[in-house]
Amino acid sequence: MASRLRTMRENGSLLALPTISWLVIFFVLPLIIVLVFSFMSRGRGGVAIMPFTLDHYGRTFDVFFIILQRSIGLAALTTIICLIAGYPLAFFISTRRRRIVQQVALFLVILPFWTNFLIRTYAWRILLGEEGTINGLLLSLGLISEPLPLLNTQLAVLIGLVYGFLPFMALPIYASVERFNFRYVDAAQDLGANDIRAFMRIVLPLTLPGVLAGCALVFIPSVGAFVTPDLLGGAKGLMIGNLINKQFGGSGNMPLGSALSIVMMAVVMISLLVYIFANRRDAGAS
Amino acid sequence: MAIPSPLLINEDAMRRNRAVRRLGQVGLWLNPLFAYFFLWAPILVLVLFSFNESRSVASFTGFTLKWYTNILNNVMGAERAFSTEIMLNAFRNSLFVGTIATIIATVLGTLIALAMARGRFPGKSLIDSLLFLPVVIPEITQAISLAIFFKVAFDWIATISGERLFPGFHTIIIAHVTFNISFVAIVVRARLADMNPQLEEAAGDLGANPWRAFWRVTFPLILPGVISGALLAFTLSLDDFVITFFTSGVGTSTLPVFVYGLLKLTVTPEVNAISTIMMVLSTLLIGISLAMQGRNASRG
Repeated sequence: MASRLRTMRENGSLLALPTISWLVIFFVLPLIIVLVFSFMSRGRGGVAIMPFTLDHYGRTFDVFFIILQRSIGLAALTTIICLIAGYPLAFFISTRRRRIVQQVALFLVILPFWTNFLIRTYAWRILLGEEGTINGLLLSLGLISEPLPLLNTQLAVLIGLVYGFLPFMALPIYASVERFNFRYVDAAQDLGANDIRAFMRIVLPLTLPGVLAGCALVFIPSVGAFVTPDLLGGAKGLMIGNLINKQFGGSGNMPLGSALSIVMMAVVMISLLVYIFANRRDAGAS
Repeated sequence: MAIPSPLLINEDAMRRNRAVRRLGQVGLWLNPLFAYFFLWAPILVLVLFSFNESRSVASFTGFTLKWYTNILNNVMGAERAFSTEIMLNAFRNSLFVGTIATIIATVLGTLIALAMARGRFPGKSLIDSLLFLPVVIPEITQAISLAIFFKVAFDWIATISGERLFPGFHTIIIAHVTFNISFVAIVVRARLADMNPQLEEAAGDLGANPWRAFWRVTFPLILPGVISGALLAFTLSLDDFVITFFTSGVGTSTLPVFVYGLLKLTVTPEVNAISTIMMVLSTLLIGISLAMQGRNASRG
């Protein structure tokens, strides 16, 4: 025993032991319990009881499929919009010639995100509400005669998600554009490439790692979003995160909630694998 | 078919390319303008309407500070009483949870970072994934898995010992430590990667035992990383809503959980005022911690 302890000390695994134990008990074990719960039946008060069943997965892909679909669709759309908005923004920031201007431009992207996510999301309730700022402005300009239904829609959720995660797209892209050597573009043009060709063949491939990281960083939290649809979506903008939340209330169903989270985890894992695969292929190609 | 030669310049293609370039340049200016507007408008509108004379958020009618004084006087809207006391208590809870969770997470995160950088043992890539997962899985998954875990554990303890435990500070702290360990480990590992391992060996050659070599050489060198990791953990802990929401008990709400209760209701000028105060405070807090980090980094 003593000698075993000594080898553990020598190879450093003793240092890792407390942290690994913590993560196994409070991270891995809870996930295993969720997995087991997801196959159990619903008892009184929404708790999990025997026997095992596949019912909850059945319902996830049946009655709740539309919500699963909506979550993935909204997350995908969020990622695309963030990419379209974030890429030129990152380009703009990293091509400022003066260092101080660049830093200010970057700071202006980061600063709003020092505010709590809840409050940033709440701000959109002020803007989008029936008696909100946007409707007030449009009414006073005479562009509309009735307030538009903006809040509690899928559009509101989409806006909230893009707002919440745009920097997650812009910052990794900024990091890769910053490293990009613009002489490659000159070289491509000297060799007869036009701007579009130079962009597609040189700029985009070389900044692809940032794009891929940005997409993963936006898509994953969007799929699992809870606060944004909760504050902005109402019944029409319900996402899978809200559905999971509902299973833990008074009239809840923990096994169903567990099954829903396992499915959500699966979506996240698949998108991570796609990211890792794409990244590896990109690294191999260049 | 003529072979295109670089000397034979195609007028059409040149014109097309010029048009594309102009379009690109306009886009490159318009897009950031729109993006910055999009990022800042909601925040500015929120701040603006916290000073609005009328309760409306549709148009600005005049400047007032009355919503701020309302908060101080425990008034919230026409119908509801608001307790500044409860809000301050929630803030104290946040600081308490954040401090304890940061200390534990910093120790555990630094230990694993050291073990991963210096240790030689099997299963390292497995541990890598174990450290990576809490960062990437959605908060709601981690939140409900911990909520279920505590429920199961407390049921179990109740049947064995007959004593019923309830969620409270301990469950929130455990949850915060769990999601913070990875972030601390990432920051400290980055610092360790920059460090020259020969310095430690040199200390050993000069007769220092590993314990002494660690405290005299390694620790001072990684300290800026440890401090950055701790500040990050503290910020994440103060900011967390979803995981806290699912693991907190009666009377142990943190500030975000308390604020969520307000924001869920309706848009009121008092809520706008509270949000503005929180925004200013968190911006100051992060600004100060970053400035401190910058000073540490330049010293280290």
